[in-house]
Amino acid sequence: MNRNLYRQVSNGLARVFVYGTALAALIPLGLVLAYTVSKGLPSVENVDFFINSFRPIGIPGGGVAHALAGTVIMVGLASLLAVPVGILSGVYLVEYGRGRWGDLIRLASDVLVGAPSIAIGLFAYALLVAPFHHFSGISAAVALAVLMLPVVIRTTEGAIELIPGSLREAGLALGLARWRVALQLIVPAAAPGIVTGALLAVARAAGETAPLLFTAFGNQILNLDPSKPMAALPLLVFNYARQPYPQAQQQAWGAALVLVVLVLITNLTSRFVFRRQIALASKL
Amino acid sequence: MIRGTVLARSRRRPPDGFRLLTALVALAAPISLLLIVLLLAQQGAPAIQHYGFGFLTSRAWNPITLDFGALAFIFGTVATSLIALALALPVGVGVALFLAEPSAGRLRGSIGIGVELLAAIPSVVYGLWAVYVMAPFVLIHIEQPLAARFGSVGVLGGPARGTSLFTASLVLSVMILPTLAAVSRDVIRAVPSGLRESSVALGATWWETTWGVILPAARQGIFGATVLALGRALGETIAVTMVIGNRPEIPTSVFAPAYTLASVIANEFTEATGQLYSSALIELGLVLMLVTLTVNVLAQLLVRSTAREARA
Repeated sequence: MNRNLYRQVSNGLARVFVYGTALAALIPLGLVLAYTVSKGLPSVENVDFFINSFRPIGIPGGGVAHALAGTVIMVGLASLLAVPVGILSGVYLVEYGRGRWGDLIRLASDVLVGAPSIAIGLFAYALLVAPFHHFSGISAAVALAVLMLPVVIRTTEGAIELIPGSLREAGLALGLARWRVALQLIVPAAAPGIVTGALLAVARAAGETAPLLFTAFGNQILNLDPSKPMAALPLLVFNYARQPYPQAQQQAWGAALVLVVLVLITNLTSRFVFRRQIALASKL
Repeated sequence: MIRGTVLARSRRRPPDGFRLLTALVALAAPISLLLIVLLLAQQGAPAIQHYGFGFLTSRAWNPITLDFGALAFIFGTVATSLIALALALPVGVGVALFLAEPSAGRLRGSIGIGVELLAAIPSVVYGLWAVYVMAPFVLIHIEQPLAARFGSVGVLGGPARGTSLFTASLVLSVMILPTLAAVSRDVIRAVPSGLRESSVALGATWWETTWGVILPAARQGIFGATVLALGRALGETIAVTMVIGNRPEIPTSVFAPAYTLASVIANEFTEATGQLYSSALIELGLVLMLVTLTVNVLAQLLVRSTAREARA
């Protein structure tokens, strides 16, 4: 009897612990979101914040338009590099990657996901900044593309694997070439899943600061030319947060809010798109 | 059956252009990995030649006398990562157990989303929040009381600073929690349901099943998740840079400022004057890259072998 009571009590306590940790994990999320929203809203409420660029401390009306433009351009260029390469790599892994080569590429991309972003920044610096003696948006886009690539590869592979084999067999049975089956049947059927991967990669790249420090470098004026130094939202948050001026810190919170909203929207959209993929795949 | 024969036949054909193209493109990931290491080694070569192996064991960091060593940064990186792991591991496994629990119902879905969003928040936003909200709170409510009561224990000694090794570890622990929880959840889910059912059929309680059956079966995979999270913690840059205090010394107390490999690169690289200074920083980057590479390969092999066992 006593022993059973002990078992019941320890079971109950363990359950409380597990439920408690699950709730505790959400506390930092809630706190970060709450502070970012409440401290960032006063900046964001003003339209000037999105229209104007940097203004010296003391002059009102400064905004983050230059950083927003820089982030959009650099992440866009990075996507142009990483998404097609990632999709084709994913297609290779599913179509031909059963052997040792496929495993090697899988391992390489899983390890690349964990590579320190600061090291990727140094790599882009050595590759594209040092030889040309000036910082540029392009070098930052290459660094971001390296960060995005493994995410696109693995989600593409996962999305294609969800597609039933009967679709491939039907295509091959009709006498279609392997590339046609892959690119015109399988990839379109897996499109929502692939889009999910691309969105997740974009969200990751848009929030990265470390790879931009010695590549994009930052810029105080609005610059749309990626061969020159560019501003970016995360870079701006990082730099403004370390300044002693309340005006700069205020803008840092505003920019952080914009960043968080962008990242959360892409994340939730990708979740929605992925659900469509599962529904679609089950219908095939 | 049919699928197998179709594949077998197409394999006998000579490799087509499409296969060649995708194979070449797929080399992008391994080549990037290789190029990162090679370029960092090449750019760090002046420092590697100048300081030799002593670089790794020297505590010096003096840009004026060009006296550089990595030890203080290696210490900071390893210490923050290990403290963060110790803090995050129990919570991470708890969350994973919760997320893998079939009976948790709807709450499980929303907590799963929450943990994923935790991973999605950019590092710099964590840093901003940590500098202005968490660091002052930690200083007043955790560090100062602990230092006042247990200050005689060297590791907890004062004077406490808001931007310290401890604060950096705390932020890191939040940032690695999603990795720990998500990978452990997958591993726990991969434990064959027959094991769980047999245990319950023998009359074991939920906790006895979890502690005696599920966790031992998933042990290796959870260890893999831990190593994976360690890799993330070692390489994390921006949030740590904002709260660690950036002092290139080996601190005696966890409440004192320190410095990590990644943060010293982030802070000093664009301002480094002279070839030796910047190449010393790149050598730090190479050390960081090689360590995380090793840790990550190890983690992947661990997680994979668990998945393979579960399938068998």
